[in-house]
Amino acid sequence: MTNPIALLGRAATYLLLSLAAFVSIFPFFWMIVGASNTSADIIRGKGSPGVALWDNIVKFFNSFDMVRVLFNSFLLAGLGTALTLLVTSMAGYGFEMFRSRFREKVFGGLLLMLSIPFAALMIPLFVLMAQFKIINTYQAVLLPSIASIFIIFYFRQATKAFPSELRDAARIDGLKEWQIFLFVYIPVMRSTYAAATIIVFMAQWNNYLWPLIVLQTNEMKTLTLVVATLTSGYTPDWGVIMFGAICATFPTLVIFFLLQRRFVEGMLGAVK
Amino acid sequence: MPALVLLGIFMVYPILWSLWMSFQVGRGMNFSFGGLTNIMRLTQDPVFIRALTNNFLFLAIQVPIMLVLALFFANALNDSKLWGRGFFRTAIFLPCVTSLVAYSVIFKSIFGLEGIANQSLLFLHVIENPINWLSDPFWARFVVIAAITWRWTGYNMIFYLAAMQNIDRSMYEAARIDGVPGWARFWYITVPLLKPVILFTSVTSTIGTLQLFDEVNLLTMGGPSDSTMTLSLYIYNLSFRFMPSFGYAATVSYVIVVLVGLLSLIQFMVARDRRA
Repeated sequence: MTNPIALLGRAATYLLLSLAAFVSIFPFFWMIVGASNTSADIIRGKGSPGVALWDNIVKFFNSFDMVRVLFNSFLLAGLGTALTLLVTSMAGYGFEMFRSRFREKVFGGLLLMLSIPFAALMIPLFVLMAQFKIINTYQAVLLPSIASIFIIFYFRQATKAFPSELRDAARIDGLKEWQIFLFVYIPVMRSTYAAATIIVFMAQWNNYLWPLIVLQTNEMKTLTLVVATLTSGYTPDWGVIMFGAICATFPTLVIFFLLQRRFVEGMLGAVK
Repeated sequence: MPALVLLGIFMVYPILWSLWMSFQVGRGMNFSFGGLTNIMRLTQDPVFIRALTNNFLFLAIQVPIMLVLALFFANALNDSKLWGRGFFRTAIFLPCVTSLVAYSVIFKSIFGLEGIANQSLLFLHVIENPINWLSDPFWARFVVIAAITWRWTGYNMIFYLAAMQNIDRSMYEAARIDGVPGWARFWYITVPLLKPVILFTSVTSTIGTLQLFDEVNLLTMGGPSDSTMTLSLYIYNLSFRFMPSFGYAATVSYVIVVLVGLLSLIQFMVARDRRA
């Protein structure tokens, strides 16, 4: 059974996996240790916890109006997620539940648009926002991201599992379409919503390029923008930056560990 | 249908607009029709050609490495006898929950001139002098590739792992009894059955690489001397960093649209051929 070649293969597999695990985890370790060290120590490559954590936190909160920045980030990510889920699930529901002559054509068109890169859209979008006079507002960040084709696609796939008898029964009971959607569909599709929430929240929270373009004053900036700004000086204060990176990673990390299984389910919803 | 209205305003309209815009010349908000001027300019623009080459370089090197690694890890982690499966799985997947900004920043500190990467290599006597990671064209590209691979390998691995778990166990048992060695079981059973997922991941990775922006902007700002410039970053620079040149930027952005379309088409055709 255990010939030397198989044994060697096994050892190599473990070695590679351990190496990969180390490489994956090391930057997290580096970030956490870094947040407790002074900039000079980080640059010297000190790999053990230091005593500068409090200083870094204070400096971080003094460098920007952090309460406002955190508020912006949570507001945009939270509101963005709620609106996206509402709009995309309605679209997904609509595509699956109502028949019309153009349904498949429109849907096919949407899927084609999925492959259009954001870079191709950002200039016209920016000009559009300028014409609406909403540059540097929350609306400008939110509006283009709400109708995510990817999530519409996800909801349509999931709606296939929604029993249409339930809808028919509700119609016979005299419920209006929006009541069916609100009081029948949403409760039944709870777990689909949960999985989608994670994906959408992460995307909104981590969004960088578009906010970078439309948010122009400091009091509108989000956490990702602020962390990015901190590095651009001539002498970046790495301890402060590391603490900022922790703040930027923390919410998504928490979600990941709380909802690990849902998270993976959510991602896979797209391939099935 | 609010979704369709939103998409109409924020997707369809901009697409058509940028197509129209790509034929305009001028600076700032003054436009005039320029016909094919912008397309002519593309062929003589060294920065554009550099960015295009870099995008393809990243595509050709990083995507295969990442997908092979992901496939390998998924296969290893799919073995129920493997010790510490849960730990390895979580560890390798962990990078993909970080924000692009946070990890770019961390990588920047690790690969500083006196950063931990150089310190360790000096300590281990792998190198004599510190490498100027982010200011050397070759190593700057290396860091960008390493960073993207770090972030996305686990993401792709999850897709493979899920697909592998849907493969009927008895096929492997039968092959094992027939004396088919491990690598052949992998190559002749796993890989063919995973083809649709491999196609999906290669299409999404291709699109992702062609849109590469956050990492290069934060790690190197496209430098040194445009050696890590990408098309998306160039579009951003053309529109928002220097004197705005929206028309030309729109032309460059259509290059990405065309490329994404072509490459996806090629990948679909290759997949179909193999299936037949």
